[in-house]
Amino acid sequence: MTHKALSSSLFDPDLLKQAVWEAFKKLTPQQQWKNPVMFVVYLGSLLTTLLWLQALAGDSEEPAGFILTITIWLWFTVLFANFAEAAAEGRSKAQAAFLRTAKRDIAAKKLDDPRYGSNYTKIAGSNLVKGDVVLIEAGDFVPGDGDVIEGVASVDESAITGESAPVIRESGGDFSSVTGGTRVLSDWLVVRISANPGETFLDRMISMVEGAKRQKTPNEIALTILLVALTLVFLMATATLLPFSLYSVETSGAGRPISITVLVALLVCLIPTTIGGLLSAIGVAGIGRMMQKNVIATSGRAVEAAGDVDVLLLDKTGTITLGNRQAAAFIPAKGISEKQLADAAQLASLTDETPEGRSIVVLAKQKFGLRERDVQSLGATFIHFSAQTRMSGVNLQGRQIRKGAEDAIKQYVTEQGGRFPDEIQKMVVDVARRGSTPLVVADGKQALGVIELKDIVKGGIKERFIELRQMGIKTIMITGDNRLTAAAIAAEAGVDDFLAEATPEAKLALIRQHQADGRLVAMTGDGTNDAPALAQADVAVAMNSGTQAAKEAGNMVDLDSNPTKLIEIVETGKQMLMTRGALTTFSVANDVAKYFAIIPAAFATTYPALNVLNVMGLATPASAILSAVIFNALIIIALIPLALKGIKYRPLGAEKLLQNNLLVYGVGGLLVPFIGIKAIDLVLVTMNLV
Amino acid sequence: MNETGFLQIFIYLLALLLLSKPLGAYMARVYQDESIVANTWFAVIERGLYRLCGIQAEQDMRWQQYAGALLVFNLLGLLVVYALQTCQDLLPLNPQALPAISTDSALNTAISFATNTNWQGYAGEASMSYLTQMLGLTVQNFLSAASGMAVLVALIRGFSRRNTNSIGNFWVDMTRSTLYILLPLSLLLAVVLVGQGVVQTFDRYATVKLQEPQTYSAPALDADGHAVLDAQGQPLTQTQQSQEQTLALGPAASQIAIKQLGTNGGGFFNANSAHPYENPTPLSNFLEMLAILLIPAALCHTFGFLVGDSRQGWTLLAAMTLVFVALIFVTVPAEQHGNPALTSLGVDQAASNQQPGGNMEGKEARLGIVNSALWAVATTAASNGSVNAMHDSFTPIGGMIPMWLIQLGEVIFGGVGSGLYGMLVFALVAVFIAGLMIGRTPEYLGKKIEAFEMQMAAVIILIPPLLVLGGTALAVMTEAGKASILNPGAHGFSEVLYALSSAGNNNGSAFAGLSANVPFYNYLLGLAMLVSRYGLMIPVLAIAGSLAAKKHVPVGPGTLPTHTPLFAVLLIITVLMVGALTFVPALALGPIVEQLHMHAHP
Repeated sequence: MTHKALSSSLFDPDLLKQAVWEAFKKLTPQQQWKNPVMFVVYLGSLLTTLLWLQALAGDSEEPAGFILTITIWLWFTVLFANFAEAAAEGRSKAQAAFLRTAKRDIAAKKLDDPRYGSNYTKIAGSNLVKGDVVLIEAGDFVPGDGDVIEGVASVDESAITGESAPVIRESGGDFSSVTGGTRVLSDWLVVRISANPGETFLDRMISMVEGAKRQKTPNEIALTILLVALTLVFLMATATLLPFSLYSVETSGAGRPISITVLVALLVCLIPTTIGGLLSAIGVAGIGRMMQKNVIATSGRAVEAAGDVDVLLLDKTGTITLGNRQAAAFIPAKGISEKQLADAAQLASLTDETPEGRSIVVLAKQKFGLRERDVQSLGATFIHFSAQTRMSGVNLQGRQIRKGAEDAIKQYVTEQGGRFPDEIQKMVVDVARRGSTPLVVADGKQALGVIELKDIVKGGIKERFIELRQMGIKTIMITGDNRLTAAAIAAEAGVDDFLAEATPEAKLALIRQHQADGRLVAMTGDGTNDAPALAQADVAVAMNSGTQAAKEAGNMVDLDSNPTKLIEIVETGKQMLMTRGALTTFSVANDVAKYFAIIPAAFATTYPALNVLNVMGLATPASAILSAVIFNALIIIALIPLALKGIKYRPLGAEKLLQNNLLVYGVGGLLVPFIGIKAIDLVLVTMNLV
Repeated sequence: MNETGFLQIFIYLLALLLLSKPLGAYMARVYQDESIVANTWFAVIERGLYRLCGIQAEQDMRWQQYAGALLVFNLLGLLVVYALQTCQDLLPLNPQALPAISTDSALNTAISFATNTNWQGYAGEASMSYLTQMLGLTVQNFLSAASGMAVLVALIRGFSRRNTNSIGNFWVDMTRSTLYILLPLSLLLAVVLVGQGVVQTFDRYATVKLQEPQTYSAPALDADGHAVLDAQGQPLTQTQQSQEQTLALGPAASQIAIKQLGTNGGGFFNANSAHPYENPTPLSNFLEMLAILLIPAALCHTFGFLVGDSRQGWTLLAAMTLVFVALIFVTVPAEQHGNPALTSLGVDQAASNQQPGGNMEGKEARLGIVNSALWAVATTAASNGSVNAMHDSFTPIGGMIPMWLIQLGEVIFGGVGSGLYGMLVFALVAVFIAGLMIGRTPEYLGKKIEAFEMQMAAVIILIPPLLVLGGTALAVMTEAGKASILNPGAHGFSEVLYALSSAGNNNGSAFAGLSANVPFYNYLLGLAMLVSRYGLMIPVLAIAGSLAAKKHVPVGPGTLPTHTPLFAVLLIITVLMVGALTFVPALALGPIVEQLHMHAHP
C-alpha cells in the first residue's frame, strides 16, 4: 500500500466515523481554549444551557423550548468545528499508522569494529545511538538512519516512499544514505548510524504527520490575532446591546429588553466561526496534501513559506536536462571525412562506460553502421580518463587516439609535435555556443575533429517554467558548465537566469544575495555539496535519494526525488493561505445577512418599525434568530471539503486572482446567507417547528 | 437638490483635489529636508529654535523614544491649558473678568485640545478669557495638529526606511510641521477671513442698542440665584424686556484659521462656525470648509511622494474621496427632502428662488441646506468637529451619516496626520486579507505584514469602538448619564451615542441636545479622548518601528499591487465593513428607528 492509495480516501467512512467520535472528545475546555473564536461559542453554549435549565426551573426570559433549540444548535456549531479538525487529523493519523508499521523493532547487528567481517553483537534497533556501526545483510531491515561506509546493495524503500522498485545504496557519492525501516534485498552494507532513537527520519515523519508537534505558522498566528480582534468587536457590539435595549425599553415604554439567549445567538452568528472553526483543519490538511504528493515537510512553516517563494534554484543536470549528455554530431576537421572521425571516436570510446562514451559508440553505429569491435581481438591498450590528463583513448596498431576537452587535446597534440588548427578552435566555440559540450578527437599529432555532446532538455520542462513565471517565481539554473553552454541551455529550457561554473560557495553566495534583496529562495538538491546551500535557502527540498547531509539540511524531503515537485509544493503553500483568506472573507461577509435577520427580530417588541429591515421576510422573530444560528452551524459542515482540499490556485497574477476570489468569496459570502437563512426559515415554518 | 447644489459640491471637490497635490508635494519636501528657496527664512528660525532648546536635529529616535517625547510634550501642553483656565481670573487679557473654570470642565477642555479633539463642554465667549483662548487653546490647535503629522511622518518612514531601528526625530517633525506648514497656511487664511469680517480684536465685548426692545420670559431667580418654584414645583417665569444686546468679540480670526486647518474644530464662540463673527459670508464658509479637508487630503500625496510612488497616495485619496462623496449624497438629499411631518401639514419644503427648502431647523439662512450638510459631512469625515449648523436638528438619516463617519474611525480624510495613519492601519488589514486570498504572506509597500503589525492594528481598530459603545452603555445605564439627555427616546440615545463617538474618535463635534458640561460627561468624555488619542498613537509608532526594522521585499509579478482601483475598493470595503458591523446594532436603536418612526407617523 502506498501513501497515494491511502490518502485518496478523503471521505473514508471509517475515518469519518472516527472523526465524529473525536469531535465529542474535543469538547474539553483545554482543547477548546486553543481556538479563541470557538472558545467563545463554547462558553456561549454553556451559558444558554444554564439558561435553559433555569427556564425549566420556571424562571425564564424566553420559552424553554426556544432556548433549548438555540442551545442545541450552538453545541452543534462547536461539534462541527471539532469534527472538521478531527477529519483533517484522521487522514494524517491513518498515514502515521501506516508509517508506524515500518517502525517495528528491528534487531541490529552491531559491529565491534567499523569494517566488514568484524564480529558483531545482536542488539535491539531502538538501542542504537549515533555513531554505532552496524552490518545489514540481504533480507535484513535497516535498523536506523545512517550512512553507508562500506559495501553496495539494493534496498527496498517502499515502506517510506511507496515506490516498489529497489534502489542502489553504496558507500561514497550521493547515494550513501539509508533510512530506518527499509529493507536490504541483496548483498550487504556496513552503515554508520546517524540518528539517536526517536530522532530518526521515520520518527520525524510520524510526528509531523500526526500533528503532535504542529505549531501554528506565523501567518496562522497573525490571522488568529485578526480573528480575535473581530470577535472582541462583536463581543462589544452585542454586550452593549443589553444596556442599549434596557434604555430603549425604558424610554419608549414598550416591549421587553433583549434576552441573553438572543444576545448569545447574535454573538455566535457574528463572530467569525466559519474560519475560526476551520482554521486548524486547513493547516492540518495542508500538511496532509503535501504527504499525498509524497513530500514530507519538517514544519508547517516551511510549507507556508513555499507559497512565498520568489526565486527557485534548480540544478541543471537531472532537473532541467536528462541526466546525461549524448553525442549528437561528428564535426570533422579539414581533410578528414565524417566517417573517419566517427571511426576514431568509436575506437576511443569502446571501453568508456560513461553514458557519454556509450552514446558516442551508439551514434557512430547509427550514422555509419560502424559496429562495435571486439576490444580483446584488437590488441589495443585503453587509456582511461584521469584527472591529470583529462583525456581517454586507445593505443592500437601504432595509432594513439585520444578524446577530451579542448585544452587537454590541444596540449596533447602540441606535445606530439603537431599543430592544433584554428578551425577546430572555432568549431569548439560554435558547439559550446549551441549549449553542447565539445569533445576534441586527435590521432597522434593530428586533430581529427569535434564530437558534439548535447544536453537533452526534459520534455515539458519549459511549460513548467512558464507556469512558475506566471506565479511570479524567477527560476535560476545552476550548472558546472561554462557560461556559453549554460546560456544556450538556459535559453532552450526557458529559465530566467543561470549560474555557470557553479561551486558550492557560488551557490551559497547567490542565495545570500537574493535573500539580502528581500527575496525568498527555494532550492532543490541531493548531494552533500548542496547541503550548505540547502541550509541557507528558505525552502529547501532534499531528494530522498540524496545523501543524509542533504536531507538534514533541507526542510522538506521529496520521496519521489523529483526536482520539479517544487511547483506543487509552492501551490500547496499558496492554497493554504488562500483558503484561509477566502474563508475569512466569506465569514465576515456573512454577517451582513445575519444582522438583517437578527436585529429586527431582537427588537421586535420594542421597535416594531425595525421590521422594515427584515428584508428576507422571515416568519417570526424566533424563526429568524433560529435560522441564522442554524445557517451559521451548517455552513461549517458545508465548507469542510473546501477546507480540506484547499481552494484551487491558478497562476493568473495577483490582481486578477484577488478579483476572482473577492467575487466568489466576498460577494458570494454576502449573498449565500440571505438565501440560506431564508431557506432554513421556510423549512422551519413548513415543519411547524416555530 | 438642484443644479446650484450640485455645482457647489463640485466646485468644492475640485478646489480640494487641485490644491491637495501641490501642498502635498511641498509637505513632502519639508519632511525630506530638500532645500527649497522659500524655506531659507524658516530654516534660520528652525536652526535658532534647535539651538535654543538644545535639540540634536540629526539624532534619530527609536520608536519608544519618539513615543516618549510625544507623550511628555503633549502632557506639558495639557497641563499649561489646564493651568491657564483655572487661573484665568488672575491673568491679564481678560476684559470681561471671566471667573476661573471649574476643575472638571478645565480638565476636559485641556484633554480635548491636547488630543486634537476640541470637544467643547464650555461656551467660549461666556467662559474663556482672551489669554486662555490664545495662549492655551490656539497654541494647542497648532501643537496637537503637528503631533498628528509627526506620528504620520514617523509611520511613513517605517515604510520607506529599511533595516533600521530609528523612525526620525520627534522635535524636528514637530518644528517642521508647525513652522513650515501650519503657521504660514494659518496666517494666510486668518488674513483672508479678517477681510471677510471675522473679528480679531483685544477690545472688550460691545454693547449695542437694539432697534426695537425685545420682550422675553426668563426664570425667576431668588437672591441666591436659584430658580423660584411655584406650588407644583415648576419654575416660575417672569417677563423681561431688553433694550440692548452684548456682542462678544475677541481675537477670533487667528484661532479660527488653525481650528479649521488643523482639524481641531474648537470654536472661539459657542455657536462655532454658525456664528456670524466666525463665519460671516459664503466665501468665508467656502474657505473654512476647504481648510477642513485640505491638509488631510494633501497628506495622502505627501505619503505617495515619501514612499516614492505617487500612485499609492492617489489610491488612498481616491478611497477617501469616494466614501466622502457617496455620503455627501446621502446627507444633502436627506436634508433637502425635509421633514414628512411638516409636508403633511402643508408646509412647502421645496427649494425655490425664494427659499432653500428642506429641513432648515438649526441651519443658518445665509448658508442654506447644501453648505450646511456639506460642512457636516466634511467636518465629521475629517476629525474637525467645527459646525455651521446644529447636527441635532438634522433629519435622523442626515444626522446619522456624520455620526457614522466619526464611527468609521476618522479615516475618511480624518484628522491631520491621524486620519492617514488610521487609514494606513486599515490598509494593513486590507492587505493582510488580500494577501491571503492571493496565496502570499501579505506585504504592503515592500514590508511584510506579520503577527506584530496585526496585533497593533487590532489594538488600533478595537479601541475606538470600545470607548464609544462601552461609554454609551455606561451613560444610558447610570442616572448621571441619563440626566443630561434632553430628548428621551431614540433621539436622546443618538445624542449620547454621538457625544461618545465624537470623543472616542477625537472628532469633537457635538450633536448638541446633551448637557455635557457636567462632571459625569466631562470626566467620561475626557477619558475617552485621552485613550483614543494616545492609545492609537503609541501602537502606530510601534508599527512604524517594526516596519522600519524590516527589509524591503522587491515588487514582483506575484506582489499584490496596492495602487489599483481594486485595492481602493477593497480598502473602502474594509473600512465600511468594520464600521458597519460594529455600529449597526447601536445605530438601529438610534437614528434608524427614528427615521422609520418619522416616516411611519408623519
